[in-house]
Amino acid sequence: MSTARLIAPRWLPPMVGLASVVALLAVVELLIRVGLINRFIVPLPSEVATSFARVIAEEGIFQRFLQTAWECFAASILLATFGITIGVVMHRLPLLRRACETWVAAFASAPLVLAYPLFLVLFGRSTTTIIMLAFLSGLPPVILKTLEGLSATRRVLINVGKSFKLTPAQQFWKILLPSALPTIFVGIRLGMIFALINVVGVEFLINFGGLGQLINELAERYDLPGVYAAICFVILVSVIFFVVTERAERWLRSAA
Amino acid sequence: MATVSTSNRLASVPTTEPAILVVDDLVMRFVTADGGVTALDHVSFGVKPGEFLAVIGPSGCGKSTLFNIVGGLLGGYAGAVTVGGETISGPHASIGMVFQEESTFPWRNVLDNVGFPLEISGVPKRERIERARHFISMVGLDGFEKRYPSELSGGMRQRVSMARTLASEPKILLMDEPFAALDEQTRLLLGDKVLQIQQQLEQTTLLITHNITEAVQLADRILVMTYRPGRVKRIVDINLPRPRTSEIVSSEPFGRYVAQIWNDLREEASRGLSDAETRPLRTHDKPQGQP
Ligand SMILES: Nc1ncnc2c1ncn2[C@@H]1O[C@H](COP(=O)(O)OP(=O)(O)OP(=O)(O)O)[C@@H](O)[C@H]1O
Ligand SMILES: [Mg+2]
Repeated sequence: MSTARLIAPRWLPPMVGLASVVALLAVVELLIRVGLINRFIVPLPSEVATSFARVIAEEGIFQRFLQTAWECFAASILLATFGITIGVVMHRLPLLRRACETWVAAFASAPLVLAYPLFLVLFGRSTTTIIMLAFLSGLPPVILKTLEGLSATRRVLINVGKSFKLTPAQQFWKILLPSALPTIFVGIRLGMIFALINVVGVEFLINFGGLGQLINELAERYDLPGVYAAICFVILVSVIFFVVTERAERWLRSAA
Repeated sequence: MATVSTSNRLASVPTTEPAILVVDDLVMRFVTADGGVTALDHVSFGVKPGEFLAVIGPSGCGKSTLFNIVGGLLGGYAGAVTVGGETISGPHASIGMVFQEESTFPWRNVLDNVGFPLEISGVPKRERIERARHFISMVGLDGFEKRYPSELSGGMRQRVSMARTLASEPKILLMDEPFAALDEQTRLLLGDKVLQIQQQLEQTTLLITHNITEAVQLADRILVMTYRPGRVKRIVDINLPRPRTSEIVSSEPFGRYVAQIWNDLREEASRGLSDAETRPLRTHDKPQGQP
């Protein structure tokens, strides 16, 4: 009995995951139908489901989905490139690190999205504004996690590298970086979450671009089922990005 | 005794042969908040080609310090370490190190861990794999090439580290308590493996240990260190026949050597113990194995 529980089949976890979502939606549906939740605030999950077809057909959702995904992708590339580079430089220069680590951490909790008027002035009502805001708000966690991962490299592994007479470059590429990679990817995932939130948030605020603008429009039309259907597509963007980063991490680790 | 007829390798190493590794009047002081600690105090010895020297001493006597200095990882000492007549000033290409702590790369499988030094020196992939496999099978890990360290036991990981160092084909193998974290049975069996490899490769070896049985089982000579400051208390020749296996631990001469060395060590160990009791807050009470 107990061994059967231990070696659960591979499909079981995703199925249980899916079932839990369905169950949750069923509970929400029930609560709305019995009147415990106001149906003018939260639409029936079944209505949301039926509104998918309409949103897809009438609102050009794929176009918008691609737009949001592209902005998120561009911001992620930027924040990974700059975040890791800045983290590495700060790790190399202890003085810089001592000087800046605290305020980078403070920067991480700043509600940067409120500065969107400034970005509008700088970059206009454009994709650049959206990408830049998303990039900057996702940057601190990548820097901090890169620093953390590099500093946590075990002393003995560095000594192994020295004993094999590695050059500083080899020491970095063959030991420090692969050892820090899991932590760096935690930072990248965090940064991407911030970036996606900001992409959609700024699209919503400046009424420009992809899914965020659509959500704005649907909300103004008071098409709540449509809003929730559009939010499902935002979630889809984040799911895709998580799968991609997971793949990238595995590939990079095996390449190191 | 069947082993008597087999060649005694000690006899085959001419005593006149110059030492390949010479440690000359090494003094190492650490400056700490409460003054300083003399970790090594005028330590001198030599290791001849093909010889297996064990350094034994109580905890905190300066063994890891010696290991790090000979390995070129630690500077700031007085005296000199020479390899083949050349004074070292940093990690030397002829010295391979096996560390006390777990030191495999968790992101590489066994094959890539062992092939690491070959990759660094630019050996082409095919040849690298072939040579890595050779050393993997030497430490008895055939069939585990594709496994990751997290999928191996502690003893297996330590063997991976050893194979990785052997793969760089160092003239001198330097090991700091490589089996300290293992249970006695595994330790004995790994000791057999080390002996077998060392005899097969005629590998010059400097083994640091605090285990008397291990030292007598493996070494041609044993250097006994005093408790702080770390000095050379005595160097004991182990005239046990080779090739040896772990069976030797039950023989009578083996017991005599163990008793003799324990006699030397007991004084030092108890000095170390009472020192630790009377000064519990001293900085030397740091975790083992840190350089
Ligand atoms: N970086 C350091 N700073 C200050 N003191 C040190 C440092 N490294 C070692 N020591 C001191 O030098 C002495 C020898 O340390 P070492 O690590 O060489 O001992 P050891 O013989 O390897 O002990 P063990 O068997 O427990 O590993 C100790 O008293 C320790 O406190
Ligand atoms: Mg030690």
